[in-house]
Amino acid sequence: MSSTDNSYVRTEMLPEREAPTGNVGIVGWIRKNLFPDVFSSILTLIALFFIYQLLAGLVPWLTGGIWNASSLSECREIIGDGPAAACLAVIHERFWQLMYGFYPSDSYWRPNLAFILLFAAISPVLFDGVSRKMFIATATVPFIGPWLLWGGSFWAPVTAALGFVVGYFVYKLVAKSMNNLLALILGPLAAIIWWLVISGYVSSGLASVIPLGLEPVASRDFGGFMLAVTLGITGIALSFPLGIVLALGRLSDLVIIKTLCVGFIEFIRGVPLITLLFVAQVMLSYFLPKGTDFDIILRVMIMITLFASAYMAEVIRGGLAALPTGQYEAADALGLDYWQAQRLIIMPQALKISIPGIVSTFIGLFKDTTLVSIIGLSDPIGWVKLIQSNSEWTGVVWELYGFVALVFFLFCFSMSRSSMYLERKLQTGHN
Amino acid sequence: MSSEVEFDHHTDRSKLKVSDEVAIEITDMNKWYGSFHVLKDINLTVNRGERIVVCGPSGSGKSTLIRCINRLEEHQQGTIIVDGTELSSDLKNIDKVRSEVGMVFQHFNLFPHLTIMENCTLAPIWVRKTPQKEAEETAMHFLEKVKIPEQAHKYPGQLSGGQQQRVAIARSLCMMPRIMLFDEPTSALDPEMIKEVLETMIELAEEGMTMICVTHEMGFAKEVANRVIFMDAGQIVEQNEPNEFFDNPQSERTKLFLSQIL
Ligand SMILES: Nc1ncnc2c1ncn2[C@@H]1O[C@H](COP(=O)(O)OP(=O)(O)OP(=O)(O)O)[C@@H](O)[C@H]1O
Ligand SMILES: [Mg+2]
Repeated sequence: MSSTDNSYVRTEMLPEREAPTGNVGIVGWIRKNLFPDVFSSILTLIALFFIYQLLAGLVPWLTGGIWNASSLSECREIIGDGPAAACLAVIHERFWQLMYGFYPSDSYWRPNLAFILLFAAISPVLFDGVSRKMFIATATVPFIGPWLLWGGSFWAPVTAALGFVVGYFVYKLVAKSMNNLLALILGPLAAIIWWLVISGYVSSGLASVIPLGLEPVASRDFGGFMLAVTLGITGIALSFPLGIVLALGRLSDLVIIKTLCVGFIEFIRGVPLITLLFVAQVMLSYFLPKGTDFDIILRVMIMITLFASAYMAEVIRGGLAALPTGQYEAADALGLDYWQAQRLIIMPQALKISIPGIVSTFIGLFKDTTLVSIIGLSDPIGWVKLIQSNSEWTGVVWELYGFVALVFFLFCFSMSRSSMYLERKLQTGHN
Repeated sequence: MSSEVEFDHHTDRSKLKVSDEVAIEITDMNKWYGSFHVLKDINLTVNRGERIVVCGPSGSGKSTLIRCINRLEEHQQGTIIVDGTELSSDLKNIDKVRSEVGMVFQHFNLFPHLTIMENCTLAPIWVRKTPQKEAEETAMHFLEKVKIPEQAHKYPGQLSGGQQQRVAIARSLCMMPRIMLFDEPTSALDPEMIKEVLETMIELAEEGMTMICVTHEMGFAKEVANRVIFMDAGQIVEQNEPNEFFDNPQSERTKLFLSQIL
């Protein structure tokens, strides 16, 4: 072969040409995604048929729904021989109970406000533009939120928050004058003493000087989605840090800490949540000193938190394992200490990797709160049963469960979307 | 390494001063990984301002040796004294020693979730407690020095390998270390990028930085090193001034090694 066959020089650059029709625009999209070949086209047609069947049944049932009736039999009368229709009157009548249970209706603003504050608290995580000062909201919501929900003296959350301040100062003081390990023990101890012994006096003292408070609401009046959201959010907020601690403990070099963490995680994961809830309902009172009135919702919260934190720990451990050791080494080589390295280098990356798993755990936890209906708390499912046991609405099934499912779906779907948004936001190039 | 990198300018060796002050002193140091004896009777004294190149076959313990110097690895016998501080297990403030010793890794190990600027200011702010503004000025100074100030707001994933390695060097320099360790800083790079990184390192050497570099870049060794150390099987087999080392190796192992890489 002569060398001229192999060499080639372009003398003229090609102009850009228009893409062939049927490649772009809506027609192009449909052709490419729905009817690319015979087999896919058949599947598309079958799917369209089923979707049509479903909507053809569902849409008239919903649009023809009866909103004005005071019982199922009245609904049936109105429908008469006409096409099947939903008896949405039950949701119309019981909407506020499904949402808030027996929470006093003139205080609905309290859970609502708590919910809004919660969004303010997480906004610095989700959005860039938000001022860093919003972290103040993040720090205060854990104290203000419960106070809004349960009411009582304003000084209770203030003194509870002070416990952390006390613990922190004792820790700082001891760490400076003696050593770190002792500080790690004495700091939390001081906080616990404050909460158990001192804070009661301080708060009642302050209350007698400046009485400031909200009407107390008993835990048994919590219900509906408000209860589910309260349980879900405290579970999420508490299991997350606990999960981080457990994951780090599991990877610790200290044998005792490691064994404790592994034991805890494996035990909790090996037990069904409902068992833990029964323990919360019945057994916890055996272990507690006689006469202590320990709120049932609080007990359930503790169990849900422990349960979720074990899963959270494993998800986060997965994220930690995915980090190259070079990251630890670089942090060490720069002179960062263990906690600085964790907080600034390791955790931000490990948590980012684990976002999908973390959010799955959150969603799972939120849906698992419905199990509390089995131990007699009136969450949405509990309320559905209560409503059905009322003679007027006995026999309403689809409308109630459908409504509950829809609201759960909205919550879970927005969590899942936020997590995808967060993942995209944290994406920084290709490593 | 078949080709040697040609540098644009030549270093005036007479200007490269070495002080009498000892920066690193390693005496009879031994290290084991489990039962595997990686480092055997290492004796090495490095004076302030010295530039040492460590070479040797793969698995000979070069990385392990320099990782012992900032205690990313612990040694079991002998002593290592860095900047007057002996490295031992009851040393409380290892972070203090590490903040005085910069390290550059083969795979850069930049923090991918932080911008270049944040990579450079993180340690000064958290370890040295430098105010942020000052830390940023220092970072900018060193980024200019490694010739990538315009990338400061980008993330490591958006930079080329050579640029990332120069950022890694700048990040170490921001801590104002008295000693710099390099572990094969150019072996994950393309030839073009090798040159830009080596030139940065040469500049650093000219400013009198105490450096220990594990590298097979012989051009670099000839340009700035005042000692080349050859390691094999966990031992220092030969060390000499670079021209002597390359032109007139004494040990058979060294000769064999040099014949393979040159
Ligand atoms: N964490 C470890 N555990 C056990 N053995 C190890 C460990 N790290 C390294 N080694 C072994 O120690 C020996 C020396 O390793 P080292 O990384 O120091 O070699 P090196 O000279 O840097 O080689 P290279 O040129 O390939 O980087 C090798 O045989 C290696 O397999
Ligand atoms: Mg190596």
